[in-house]
Amino acid sequence: MSFHLTQGTFSYLPPLSDDDVKSQIEYALQHNWPLSVEFTDDPHPRNTYWTMWGLPMFDQRDAAAVFYEVEQCKKAYPGYYVRINAYDRRLGRQTIALSFIVQRPSTDPGFRVVRQEGPNRQLRYTLESYATTRPAGQRFSD
Amino acid sequence: MANHTEKNRWAAGVTPYAEMGYWQPDYVPQDTDILCAFRIVPQEGVDPIEAAAAVAGESSTATWTVVWTDRLTAHEHYQAKAYQVSPVPGTDQFIAFIAYDIDLFEEGSIANLTSSIIGNVFSFKALKSLRLEDMRIPLHYVKTFQGPAHGIVMEREYLDKYGRPLLGATTKPKLGLSARNYGRVVFEALSGGLDFTKDDENINSQPFMRWRDRFLYVMEGVNNAMAATGEIKGHYLNVTAATMEDMYERAEFAQSLGSIVIMVDLTVGYTAIQSMARWARKNGVILHLHRAGHGTYTRQKTHGVSFRVIAKWMRLAGVDHIHAGTVVGKLEGDPHMIHGYYDTLRNAKIPVNPLNGIYFDQDWGSMPATMPVASGGIHAGQMHLLLDHLGEDVILQFGGGTIGHPQGIAAGATANRVALEAMIFARNQGQDYVTEGPDILNAAARWSPALRAALETWKDVTFNFESTDTPDVLATPSL
Repeated sequence: MSFHLTQGTFSYLPPLSDDDVKSQIEYALQHNWPLSVEFTDDPHPRNTYWTMWGLPMFDQRDAAAVFYEVEQCKKAYPGYYVRINAYDRRLGRQTIALSFIVQRPSTDPGFRVVRQEGPNRQLRYTLESYATTRPAGQRFSD
Repeated sequence: MANHTEKNRWAAGVTPYAEMGYWQPDYVPQDTDILCAFRIVPQEGVDPIEAAAAVAGESSTATWTVVWTDRLTAHEHYQAKAYQVSPVPGTDQFIAFIAYDIDLFEEGSIANLTSSIIGNVFSFKALKSLRLEDMRIPLHYVKTFQGPAHGIVMEREYLDKYGRPLLGATTKPKLGLSARNYGRVVFEALSGGLDFTKDDENINSQPFMRWRDRFLYVMEGVNNAMAATGEIKGHYLNVTAATMEDMYERAEFAQSLGSIVIMVDLTVGYTAIQSMARWARKNGVILHLHRAGHGTYTRQKTHGVSFRVIAKWMRLAGVDHIHAGTVVGKLEGDPHMIHGYYDTLRNAKIPVNPLNGIYFDQDWGSMPATMPVASGGIHAGQMHLLLDHLGEDVILQFGGGTIGHPQGIAAGATANRVALEAMIFARNQGQDYVTEGPDILNAAARWSPALRAALETWKDVTFNFESTDTPDVLATPSL
């Protein structure tokens, strides 16, 4: 069974169509959540800071324009993970409200568990992406 | 009658509480007062106002007889004041409202707060029964508590999970599994798609599985599942034990293995919970609370302490998670009451809402929110109802609904995750997901064999029983 990264809100659904993606962008805009696009070739779950495709689109109210930016990012970075974030700036939240993956590399070798054995059966676990053993930019090319 | 009305306030002997300053119908509560709503049933022949004044007296400065040493104090300041008593129509019950000056309580101590408010009064002979329905904690007092170690927002960022409820499962059978077998359940459930698994409340360190062995095997399961999915996963390692020293030892071992979350049971007591909350914030570990035992005093409408009050105390005490009801599952819970608990745990400001059992406005200021946990007899086929009743900031725990799946635990977990994501997706698309919920699930089941099997297995399971703890008022249907 090949590895499937399940980060993001919709990773257990079949791949999203363009209309699917647009409908979720619309939902965010209805809630006044500005959207942003991010990409990475380091899918470690503790990699919080994916590279930003420009700034968050605070003033962009047009779903088609947001979708255009998503497509531009995908075109510029094929073979990368690309995600869309919707941000809720309200007091008491000030955090992401929705985040989902819209592009994946054709294959991802996944993660290995590194076990550092200590005394008394103690273990220290580390998670390592097989892909990130290669330099950035060369990770998911075939 | 004439006898005691003429009696001097300070004459030795017994004077009705109402005449000693504990009943003040004209009192206007101050912003800094702690306010309580008690449901009281006086004994035959006891005036409800006197009963309310007695509660105010016994939960603040009074004893059964006049004492001259009151005169050494600014007693008007320290006396609690019953300021309103209202009959509950159609019953022998009354709601008594009592105000307590903030100076009566030690800063940041649930033990002190509760020793006053529910200390002696529940055994008071002049009352047939007593129940603490709600409390207004003034913001001034809220600010003296740490509050949730991390809160909902920090937890979501820590887990990198947004836009949907979180999913969990309690390991079953709750007793008897060896540590090695237990870790298998954890691994299967997490790698299948759950975010959390959980020790049950009575899993501590028994002969069939000692805590240290459990922690080691569980963390092997957690880390393997993280590698299998690329997601952050956690298992609530229950550190409940006989002493604080034991609990700290277990918590520190959990942390050293990289566990992101630990749990304690309500049975450890308020002070131990506050200590663990402080430990959890200091060490960056999420604190889960299982409300073991609460039904003994929260369930009956005329006795004890309402769960909404427990929820307030636990948010102050500093837990990140607390079980708060499912609406549709196997455990007690009137839907309106549960909405009230969820509001109390999650919102910054909660307005008076008699329909949901909320007696006072509550302002939490910037105190973080506690994540409610819905656990007990729920399954994937109820996903639309769960989302409708409980919203997004909740952990849905499917124990039997994961582990009892005919194709295995991982398939059970996948069924729940698929059902959840499909429902969120449909809701966001603007579908009427509550009405069309079963159709949305059936559509997803066409491409998800795991969900198809889950829906088939549990299609007719419901728990329709009358609730015992219900609001006094009912919504009038609008036409």
